[in-house]
Order: sequence, then C-alpha cells, then structure tokens
Amino acid sequence: MAVLDTPAARDAAKQAPRGLALSRHVVGWLLASPLALVLALFLILPIIMIVIVSFWGATEFSIYPAFQFDNYEFLFGSPVTYSVFLNTFKYAAITWVFTLVIGFTVAYFLAFHVHSLTWQVALFLLCTIPFWTSNIIRMISWIPFLGRNGIANSTLISWGVIDEPLDWLLFSDFSVILTFVHLYTLFMVVPIFNTMMRIDKSLIEAAYDNGASGFQTLVHVIIPLTKPGIMIGSIFVVTLVMGDFITVRFMSGSQSANVGRLISNDIALLQYPSAAATAVVLLATVLIVIGILLRFVDIRKEL
Amino acid sequence: MSVETTKTGVNRRTLLKGAAATAAATAFPAPMIWAQNIKDITLRQFGTGVSNLNDVALKVKEDLGFTLEMTALDSDAVTQRAATQPDSFDIADIEYWICKKVWPTGNLQAMDTSRIANYDKIVGIFRDGKLTPESEIAQGTAPHTVGFVEGPGGTDFVDNESGWMTLIPTIYNADTLGIRPDLIGRPIESWTELLNPEFRGKASILDISSIGIMDMAMVCEAMGEIQYGDKGNMTRDEIDATFAIFTEAKQAGQFRAFWKTFDESVNLMASGEVVIQSMWSPAITAVKSRGIPCVYQPLKEGYRSWGGGIGLSKSLSGMELDAAYDYINWYLSGWVGGYLMRQGYYSAVPETSKEFMTENEWGYWFEGKPATAEITSPTGDVMDQAGAVRDGGSFYDRMGAVACWNAVMDENQYMVRKWNEFIAA
Repeated sequence: MAVLDTPAARDAAKQAPRGLALSRHVVGWLLASPLALVLALFLILPIIMIVIVSFWGATEFSIYPAFQFDNYEFLFGSPVTYSVFLNTFKYAAITWVFTLVIGFTVAYFLAFHVHSLTWQVALFLLCTIPFWTSNIIRMISWIPFLGRNGIANSTLISWGVIDEPLDWLLFSDFSVILTFVHLYTLFMVVPIFNTMMRIDKSLIEAAYDNGASGFQTLVHVIIPLTKPGIMIGSIFVVTLVMGDFITVRFMSGSQSANVGRLISNDIALLQYPSAAATAVVLLATVLIVIGILLRFVDIRKEL
Repeated sequence: MSVETTKTGVNRRTLLKGAAATAAATAFPAPMIWAQNIKDITLRQFGTGVSNLNDVALKVKEDLGFTLEMTALDSDAVTQRAATQPDSFDIADIEYWICKKVWPTGNLQAMDTSRIANYDKIVGIFRDGKLTPESEIAQGTAPHTVGFVEGPGGTDFVDNESGWMTLIPTIYNADTLGIRPDLIGRPIESWTELLNPEFRGKASILDISSIGIMDMAMVCEAMGEIQYGDKGNMTRDEIDATFAIFTEAKQAGQFRAFWKTFDESVNLMASGEVVIQSMWSPAITAVKSRGIPCVYQPLKEGYRSWGGGIGLSKSLSGMELDAAYDYINWYLSGWVGGYLMRQGYYSAVPETSKEFMTENEWGYWFEGKPATAEITSPTGDVMDQAGAVRDGGSFYDRMGAVACWNAVMDENQYMVRKWNEFIAA
C-alpha cells in the first residue's frame, strides 16, 4: 500500500508550488512512517526471518543456524512437491472461476438491477451475514450436510434422484472447492460491486442509445470498466486459496494436500527450516501469480 | 543437579492435612513455614488432553494445598515444548515414545525411586517390562526401555531398574480398531479387515504419523505381506513397503477420510461415514454415549499399546521439587488412578485405585466381569448397562496381548517424509 501511494504523492508534490514542496515532502514521509514502521516490523522483518531460517538445518527436536541448501534440494527433488503445487493451482484456478462468475453476477444484480440505494445496502449487508460467524464453523457445517447420511443425500434419495448415497459429495475435491467458493465469493462481490457503483450511468445509457444490446453493453462497457474490481477480487481469492491449509484438511478428510498442508505438517513435526523453505517458495509463487494478474490491469491507473 | 534429600523424617503430606498441620506446627517450626509457603507454590503441568483434567487440579489443591496449572496440547506440540522450552513447565505429562525423543535434550531430570512410596506396586510393564513373569515384551518403544537412566544426570537409558526413573507412569492403554457392528454385521477378527475391499470408502486411519505407521504395520503384518524385524523401528525398506500397500489402497478409494483429532474420529464413526477405523478408547465411549453401537474390537494379532507418564523439568529444585514429589506420590496413591480407570484407561498402580472404585466398577473395568449395575463415567454419563462386558476383557487379557508399543524410530525423519507423500498421493 505504501509503495502504491508514493508515485501519487510524488505527482501531487510536482504540481505544488515550489515553496511548499519541501515541507510537503517531509509531511508525506511523516504521514507514511507509522504504516511503514508497522509493515517493516510485522511484515518485512518476519519474512526476512523466514528466508534466513529456510537455510538452517534441523534435527528431530531442534534447529541450528547454518547456510545450506538441503531444504530446497529436498523440496525441488521430491515429486510430491510438484504434485502438491499442481493441486494448489488446481484449487486456486477452479475456485477463481466459480467465485468470479458468481461474484460478478451478484454484484451486477446489486449494482444495476436494484435501483434504490436502501435496498442495495440492505441486500449487500445480507451477503455479509454469514461472515458474522467464524470461518471454521461455516466450513465444518458443510460436513453433516454433505455426509453419506447427510441432508443432501437423504433429500436426493427421497426425491428418487439417486438410489445410493453419493460418496463424492464429502471428503473429495468437490467438497473442498465448494467450501472455498462458499467462503471466498464475498471477496469477489465486494470489490466488483464497488467498481460497478462508480460506473457513470450515462455511459450505459449512451451505449443503449447507440443501439448496443444488453450483452454488448456488458462486454464492451461494463466488463472493461469493472476490471480493477475483478482484479482486486481475484488477488484476494487466489492468495487466500493458495495459502489455505485448514479447509483442505477438513473438507478432503485429510486425503488431499496443498502447499499449506505441507507447511503445517512440517511445523507440527518441528521441521521449521523445511517449512520455511516451502513458505518461501509458496510466497514467490504467489507473488509471480499476482505479478501476472497485474500485467492485465493497471490498478493504480484505473483506481 | 539438585537432588535434595528430605530434611525431616516427617511425612509432609500428613503435615499438610488441616489439623495435623496445626498440631505439628508447634512441634516443628520449620515445616510450619513450609506448610504455609506451599500454598504459594504453583506447578505448571502440560501434556496431552487425556490426563490433563481439571478435576485433578482441583483435587490437588484440596489434598496437597498447592496450585497445579494445566495446559492441554496435542502430542506434536507437547514434544515441541518439552524439547525447546524447558523453562515453560515444571511437570511434563508425556508419552514414553516422546520421552525417547525429548530426554536427550537434557530438559528433564530423573526421579529418585526411593522417594516414590508406591514404587514397588507399579505394574511390571514399567519396571522390568513384563506384565507377568511369563510375559513376552512387545515390539516398539516399550516403556521400561526408556524408563530408567544411570543417575540423576544420566542421559543414556539403562535396561535395569537403576533407581532413577525418567517418567513416573500414570496412564496407559491398549488400542485397537473401532467398528460399527450394526453396519458391518459380521465378526471382525483381524487387523487385515482395515484394508478389506468390502469396506471400500468406509475405512479410516489416524493422520498422526508416529501412531498411524504402527496401525499400518499391524495391518501389513497381519496380511502376511511384510515380516518386520521390529515394527517399532523399521528399516527404510520396511517403511517403503508399508506405504506402498497403503498408497495403493488409498488410491483405490479404501479410505473415507483420515482423522487427526479425537472429535473427528467420534464424528466419522457416529455419522456412519466410517465403519472401521483406528480409534482411541474414550472415543468409543463417546460414540456409545450417543446411543450408537460401537465396539473396541479385540483382534487376534494383538493390541497397539501406549503409555504416558510425568517427568520433571530440569529447572525444578528446592521446595518446588519437593512439592512435585508429593504430587507424584499423591498421583499414585489411588484417587487419580480410580478416576482414569473409570474412563477406560489403566492406572500404573491398580491396587491403590481399587480403593477409589466400587466393586462393580473394578469388576467391569479391571477384571473384565459383567457389570452388575449401570457403569458411569467420572463425570456421571452412563457408559454401559448392567450385564455388559468390557470389549477385550480383563486387564491381563488386554495388556497381555500387546503386539507393539507406540514408538519413535531411528528412521523417523524418513518415515515422516514418506507419510507426507502418502497424504498427498
């Protein structure tokens, strides 16, 4: 955030009269310093520590300072790492598609079909109600619903749709992704809704006046203008899914793994250096993904 | 090393008891100060949930006068803490295989058995390794193999009763598979049933590598696929072969889920998602108390057993150390034993626990006799009806059929990596 603000601040400084420039500069630094300090202490420093520890060695019950590449060697030398990273990407990609489609639709409905502001706010708050309870509870409540003798199966059987309970409803990739979509769609709705609300309504009227169909307006006017929101939502969802471990553990019944679980297993077994190395690789991967996403939309410009 | 001998011949526990303390105070001024100070002593104990019971802390306050602070953690966290933060605890309530891992760090101090009043009554498993003189010692980290060291500062385990104990045994049990007899509908007799295709998608094992690997080994050995030199200390080849069998089964969809916490195992079983799985004794009780039939099935190949004990932090000295010895003596004197035995565990000194149990309870839990009346847990929940018999029978039937003990292997790190691969497979 601090990095994003700096160029904007610089632009402002350029336009300001010369006499004020210095003091504005100083004031800017002063204003930015509390956040910079907090980030340095609680973000940069821990990350540096993690990078350092990733080169350390470990015995069964202790870690010792060293500079060795064993952890990385093992990580890149194991076929499990690749399959687990692949699995993590799979979860992220599928979840992204579903949250985007659902999130966009919900936001579109709220922004363009609901005309009174009161109703917009009311319906928007309705979307956030599930967030009043804990993440874990929302996740775990799927288990009795999807189970072999759960509500979903017994309902389907009583309707005569199926004869045997569907086992793949729970403890499968299906249940993992379903839960991810349920947990994270709101992170897509909020930024998209936010950008949609700022679209000048006259642009849409102009599109209609020029003979564009509803679909054409959507594709050529609304989607390009909501790109920043979509991108912010995507960053939220992708980073959340890639960093998750508890949802995968519970919803797959511990039968699937993603990178987060690899790290949490290492930590549980006191293998901190190995966990740190995995974390560094994961961090790099996520940063690359975000870097690619940002190539598509210049968020700074669009905001 | 601070090994303090008792300063007076007077038994402090008697001193502490109300009127006795006052009477003695006039005769022995020094102990009086001690008796008052003990109220200010706080001992910090941490361990796994099984024996970290609030009721125990309350009873300690009542009987001994000092405060016992309890922290319950999972076994990984317990190991971590005992190994890395010696000053964060006074008493470590850990399992024997954890002791094997943690003792070399030097964070615990050995205990003088001459200060343990009931030492001679502790069951043989924890002393010479034999339940009865004819018993054979099971594979794995049998408690007596890590139970003694040479002296107060000893770091190497010795194979005799040296008089210096690493852990004072508190609680142990024999584990086996739990089944849903109503959903299986036929007798289950062998560990091989866990991988029986009949239960495809309805089986589970626990996702705690050090214990899960033992259950796997019991199955592979029962299938006749692998002959282990020592299940508790496998070679890399044996580990690979074990995981090969289970990975194949996993990919064929044998397992519904893996569980990591007690509650998960209860829910899997109670909901019918799983009909056969590794399980712990109180989890069976929890399923039963919901009115769902569940059996802790004795199997012909024997049990996988585990034991826990309390160890003292190295930094414990002086009055705190004396208090810790009092605590240990109190622990073995019966009240806690009775409490734990009524939950389905065993006490290290069963004969003292007997005094704190009814005839019916003793018969049901220890002797394997049919209950003559309702069996209730220490918290008052009904666990079994009159006429019921404990799964697996008496203490000697169950603990006498132990095939291996929970263990930590020399190839532990390799095994753990293989375990991760298995989960990801």
